[in-house]
Amino acid sequence: MAASTADSWSWFPALALGVSFLKCLMINSYHSTDFEVHRNWLAITHSLPVSKWYHESTSEWTLDYPPLFAWFEYGLSHVAQHFDKKMLVVQNLGYASPATVLFQRLSVIATDVVFIYAVRECCRSVREEKGSKDLLVRPYFILAALLLWNYGLLIVDHIHFQYNGFLCGILLLSVARHLQGRHLEGAFLFAVLLNLKHIYLYIAPAYGIFLLRSYCFTKDNTDGSVRWSSLSLVRLIALGSIVISVCALSFGPFIAMGQLPQVLSRLFPFKRGLCHAYWAPNIWALYNVVDKALSVLGLRLKLLANLPKASMTGGLVQEFQHSVLPSVSPSATLICTLVSILPAVLSIWRCPRGARGFLRCLVVCALCSFMFGWHVHEKAILMAILPLSVLAVESREDAGIFLMLATTGHYSLFPLLFTATEMPTKVLLILLFTLYSFTSLKKLFRGFLLNTLEVTYLLGLIAVEIICEVVYPLLPWKQTLPFVTLLAKSVYCSLGVSYSFIRLYLSILRPTDKPKEL
Amino acid sequence: AVYHSISALSSLHVQMLVKMLVCMQPVFLWAGKPPMFGDYEAQRHWQEITYNLPVHEWYFNTTDNNLNYWGLDYPPLTAYHSLLCGHVASLINPDWVELHTSQGFESSAHKLFMRATVLIADLLMYVPAVVLYCFYLSEGSNRKKVCLVLCILLYPGLILIDYGHFQYNSISLGLALWGVLGLGLGWDMLGSLAFVLAVNYKQMELYHSLPFFCYLLGKCFKQGMAGRGLFLLVKIAVTVLVTFTLCWLPFLTDPGQVLQVLHRLFPVGRGLFEDKVANTWCSLNVLIKIKTILSTDTQLYLSLAATLLAALPSSIKLLTKPTLWQFKLALVNSSLAFFLFSFQVHEKSILLPALPVCLLLGDLPLPAVWFLQASTFSMLPLFLKDGLFVPYAVTSSAFVFYSVYLLSALEHSSEEELRLRPVRRLVCLPRVDLGRIFYLSVAAMAGLSFMSVALAPPARLPDLFPLLVSVFSFLHFLGLLLYFNVVQIAEPPSPRRKNPKKTE
Repeated sequence: MAASTADSWSWFPALALGVSFLKCLMINSYHSTDFEVHRNWLAITHSLPVSKWYHESTSEWTLDYPPLFAWFEYGLSHVAQHFDKKMLVVQNLGYASPATVLFQRLSVIATDVVFIYAVRECCRSVREEKGSKDLLVRPYFILAALLLWNYGLLIVDHIHFQYNGFLCGILLLSVARHLQGRHLEGAFLFAVLLNLKHIYLYIAPAYGIFLLRSYCFTKDNTDGSVRWSSLSLVRLIALGSIVISVCALSFGPFIAMGQLPQVLSRLFPFKRGLCHAYWAPNIWALYNVVDKALSVLGLRLKLLANLPKASMTGGLVQEFQHSVLPSVSPSATLICTLVSILPAVLSIWRCPRGARGFLRCLVVCALCSFMFGWHVHEKAILMAILPLSVLAVESREDAGIFLMLATTGHYSLFPLLFTATEMPTKVLLILLFTLYSFTSLKKLFRGFLLNTLEVTYLLGLIAVEIICEVVYPLLPWKQTLPFVTLLAKSVYCSLGVSYSFIRLYLSILRPTDKPKEL
Repeated sequence: AVYHSISALSSLHVQMLVKMLVCMQPVFLWAGKPPMFGDYEAQRHWQEITYNLPVHEWYFNTTDNNLNYWGLDYPPLTAYHSLLCGHVASLINPDWVELHTSQGFESSAHKLFMRATVLIADLLMYVPAVVLYCFYLSEGSNRKKVCLVLCILLYPGLILIDYGHFQYNSISLGLALWGVLGLGLGWDMLGSLAFVLAVNYKQMELYHSLPFFCYLLGKCFKQGMAGRGLFLLVKIAVTVLVTFTLCWLPFLTDPGQVLQVLHRLFPVGRGLFEDKVANTWCSLNVLIKIKTILSTDTQLYLSLAATLLAALPSSIKLLTKPTLWQFKLALVNSSLAFFLFSFQVHEKSILLPALPVCLLLGDLPLPAVWFLQASTFSMLPLFLKDGLFVPYAVTSSAFVFYSVYLLSALEHSSEEELRLRPVRRLVCLPRVDLGRIFYLSVAAMAGLSFMSVALAPPARLPDLFPLLVSVFSFLHFLGLLLYFNVVQIAEPPSPRRKNPKKTE
């Protein structure tokens, strides 16, 4: 049978094609406002000259990604005009003809080819124990399945609508290149990625420190610390020039036109609230709830009087004040994030563990930004889950952390799809992914990966879902406190995410890991 | 052991996902025509009728029950099933089955409910039968069995008709499959029971009745009509009669009831065919307008004669050699013969030969995939009317790719494996590259599909594309009918043939 030889990679196109077919079936599903966002950007880049791209504000969805992404949309718009010219008119707000939907969906499916290639490269770099094993239990097969069929990507990209597959593909490709030892390519890919979506700035420290420490300093002392004399200027300059030239290519035209401040103001809007409309399960969700609880308690016990009403369930662009605990400003979150990244990054500096240590640091940085960042969207959890998959198929402990993080993170994406028609899809898909990840990783590492408490917590997710979707609507409080379900889900998930975060952090700080070769 | 747990579960999961994605599609108006209320409303209406009205009014034209508006035209089991669904519907929201006022009711919650009933029926009836068949009645490694499960469950025709169009074919086909399972495992009475239930769910299952009859009769003959054979015959006859009686019990009080039900089930007033269907008469009509030349009675006799003639060789062979392999082939041959030559055939009836062909996927992968793809393709005009082009394109491509890949269809296409060895002695078969012809055929189907949806037909021939589709499919069906008949009849009659009956 063609599929039985584990040495041939014929199963890979079968897996990739299968998930692509599934994506095609989702073409006509519900899509969110992000669909209109991208249509608007297609229109802006196609119809207006470059000098107006970052000034245009007919629509509320202004261009807030770096210039390379704008050029990407510009390229797409040339294909779009063959589908439906009307979608490229800036004034056609909310335009969603069948041809438009078809084009946009197909563009996401088509650009996913970058992701598929990146997954293939990651699979080729995965280490495995020797010994004849069945194809289904090989680490690279499991990794391919976990990445290609990742629930979060499918839901966010192909239903909710975004280009995360393309972007995460570049990220994973960069990681794969580092795992393969091709560092200049990895750095180049990351520079490109930064200029496509600046949210990846959060993981730039991991790259910076790793490349500086392990690539620019070519030799270590016998005790593992850095040998300052071995700094290779050639490598440093090569890296610097790559990054600078990519940024110049991307921002150059705008610097020449003197639009840099405008571009930066679009890229970093800090007027939005601490939490997104659907709370991401991070520290601030817990913070908000504690604040609310304290204020309610304080009023009940008559300890506090005349507190300002905390409006934390408002829309997405409002600022809000906390009642009891101090209010949090954007700079405070930035400081928190930087402080949380510091120990991980320092640990990599002091004790570099090669490319895998870098990958671990990358995941930690992504998680830190998720936990402490300003206006974090739950989609950002994907930035941590996807690279963690690579670690999960190589180490037993990482597999356990991955199962917790992935299940909780994926469940927190549920509120993104609230329509009745998407309900069977999202439930079946998450069950498929979760059951597969549990059983395959269990078979790979031959044993249970989670203890009883963790399993109970994860089963509790089912209970939370049933209570929120079935029981709560039947209760009379639904009218007065409609956001309780979102709150409950968010808080419950943030427990799981925080737990995984702490475990992952401890794994990076543990000094007992042997320094592995680059 | 690995395959049993992970891949089997994943396969079942994936096929459920595909089905739900197909049925949750919003209707997309490619053809530019508004979607008809269609079978969805018919099923909802039957729930309304059976829930609100007493049994003796279900099949009659009364003030409360207008038979012209989706009158009940399936046997009693469908009515009982609708009654059950109606009860559940009224528990959730009585508006859904309110007499008269609920006509044309549409809401996303109701859509979810109706689609859920299809999924539940499918999961309870069809999927377990398929899994049991693949694991107990087919040969090969565990890996092959799981691949077989996935491929059978991914058959696009059934998915699109049941979940896209809206029907409950999975129940009748599932029951028929339980019948095959029963017979294959040697439990003749249970098998007969299941098949009788299938016939009582949809009268179209009568297409399969000839092989069941011949197989059981042949088995009785083999066991000797003097002793055990006669006893078996009596047992089966009693089972069949009792089951029929139980199903029709509420109607047996009044012979008028029985006649009316039969009248609804078999409307003989209509002509040889309606619409474009990929059978002989419609294709013949292109050259000779037989509908106008012959009278209705002559047409009836002609089709009866042709059907019996086409089904006879296969049935006789089965009578003389009642093995599971022969039985499966006879199921294909008989139902395909009925489809091609019978009276008032609907294009959805292609599902009846498609089920036994699915069972042959493990043994004769290439012809089976070819037939199944042609059968899906033949229903294209129906899918276009329902706005199901995208699901059709995706599921067909996925099915062809995965069947060819997982079952290595193209590698098992040698003469030996196509069971054409016995024919070689009689006729010199030309050396053809079947793989290339298969690809050409699939490419032609893809091309025609795209043309149907992208191009407008010329003004003089508005039905050009449906006609091309049905004639193309007809040629495939005719060719494959010949092939399957040859395989069945050319098999040597010696009892020492490898019998794929029971595996460990």
